[in-house]
Amino acid sequence: MTTRRQLLSQSAQVAAMLTTLGFFPERAKAQAANFNAAAFEAKSMPDLMKALNGAQPVESKDITVTGPDIAENGAVVPVGASTALPGVKRMLLLVEKNPSMLSAVFDVSDAIEANFSTRVKMGQSSNVYAVAMMADGRVLYATKEIKVTLGGCGG
Amino acid sequence: MTMRTLSALVAIAMLSGAALAQQKTAAEAIAEYRAMMADDNPAELFEAKGEDLWKQKRGPRNATLAQCNLGKGPGVVKGAFVELPRWFQDTGKVQDLESRLLTCMETLQGFDASKIIHTPFGTGEQSTIESLVAWIASESRGMRLNIPQSHPQEKISYEIGKRAFFYRAGPYDFSCASCHGQPGKRIRLQDLPDLTGNPGDGVGFAAWPAYRVSSGELWGMQRRLNDCFRQQRFPYPGYTSEVIIALSSYMGVNSNGSVSVAPALKR
Amino acid sequence: MADPMRIRAQASAEKTTVRVLMAHEMETGFRKDASGKIIPAWYIQEVTAQLNGKVVLSAQFGPSVAKNPFLQFTVKGGKAGDKITVSWTDSKGDKRSDEATVS
Repeated sequence: MTTRRQLLSQSAQVAAMLTTLGFFPERAKAQAANFNAAAFEAKSMPDLMKALNGAQPVESKDITVTGPDIAENGAVVPVGASTALPGVKRMLLLVEKNPSMLSAVFDVSDAIEANFSTRVKMGQSSNVYAVAMMADGRVLYATKEIKVTLGGCGG
Repeated sequence: MTMRTLSALVAIAMLSGAALAQQKTAAEAIAEYRAMMADDNPAELFEAKGEDLWKQKRGPRNATLAQCNLGKGPGVVKGAFVELPRWFQDTGKVQDLESRLLTCMETLQGFDASKIIHTPFGTGEQSTIESLVAWIASESRGMRLNIPQSHPQEKISYEIGKRAFFYRAGPYDFSCASCHGQPGKRIRLQDLPDLTGNPGDGVGFAAWPAYRVSSGELWGMQRRLNDCFRQQRFPYPGYTSEVIIALSSYMGVNSNGSVSVAPALKR
Repeated sequence: MADPMRIRAQASAEKTTVRVLMAHEMETGFRKDASGKIIPAWYIQEVTAQLNGKVVLSAQFGPSVAKNPFLQFTVKGGKAGDKITVSWTDSKGDKRSDEATVS
């Protein structure tokens, strides 16, 4: 059972992650102006430990992250992010232990469902996050661990 | 026993039961992973390219492959894949798909087959062959393997393949049979099919060519089998060498009747 | 110019599911070649899609999206015969745009 302390710690990590990626530009002082480059170049895990800026990301049962429990090879891992909640502005897919944590960003409009699937590279077993950034400022996430193996003869 | 101990034991028993019921084996988890990507196989990108390349005028003779005979008559592609390797009258040899493509690329289009044989995989005309092989295999997808053993050379090819399969050599004294000679073997998390018999639909010989996610490349059967030798710490026998074709005869005939799913998706 | 995408768009009830396979190396910029030199990063950065000319999808990819990227998204509405166009731009500025008919 997840304690409140663990929950807060986990949300703190997600908040720090999002800050590192430049998602709270009004509060993050030293972030690059270009969202894309800054977001996708964030590399270091210690950045996760920075102070919380912006909305506290909250784990939510209304967000769904999909993926296999074990990936036979980390080069191609099918993952998905979805939610039935109204008022989503953006969905993100993060792989916690990758050098570039942010894998993909999907803008959500009236024309499209908040439901996306893609395939990512995972350097090692890691938690994968589906994050929904809501129009009202809330940031919600779901997470799942995906184990990555190196199978066969290794070649 | 106190009531407290008893209820604790009951609680533990219930939790263990629940945990066991939820636990997936690694094999099941990997089967799920593969199923998640069964549709939308990147091999489709190679299939599309292959179809174009078959119809494109290429090579010094600026000709298409439309007249290429893969065993069922010039230009007949549908169903040809599941009947290879087979004996061909014009070359007097048992040929698999890739050696037959070399024959066609040379005689119809004017390419130099010996140059292609020494071209590294994934480059130059080897890339062309990858795409052709993906498309040609896809044109037999869902059909049952029906590799012939009617010509004496075809039978000899099978016998050579069988001997090669069990031939132990190299610094590790491996043979193909070391990994694929008995049912129920596994290397790390990969189940190893028994290739001395018919391992079933879409398994083993019926699952190549394939898109390999580990390298993002399309591997033909020649590359797959040559690489098996590398993994056994042997040198490559060579692209379209007689022993590789013979091994295809042996494993292919053993799998006759099973459904081909090529090009498949592999680790 | 890059190889064509493979696009499948299937209409059902009140939505259209679109599945795309893109041909691209998606090089992360972390790998080294045989001589030890870094292979430069090269990856699709932006993906958009239009249904009958109206933009329905706007997405950004990073280098950790797998080689030969797959993408599935669901458009509200849409019916058989509609035109789906998917376009991408990569980190070198190369572009690719392909069309498919909704079935």
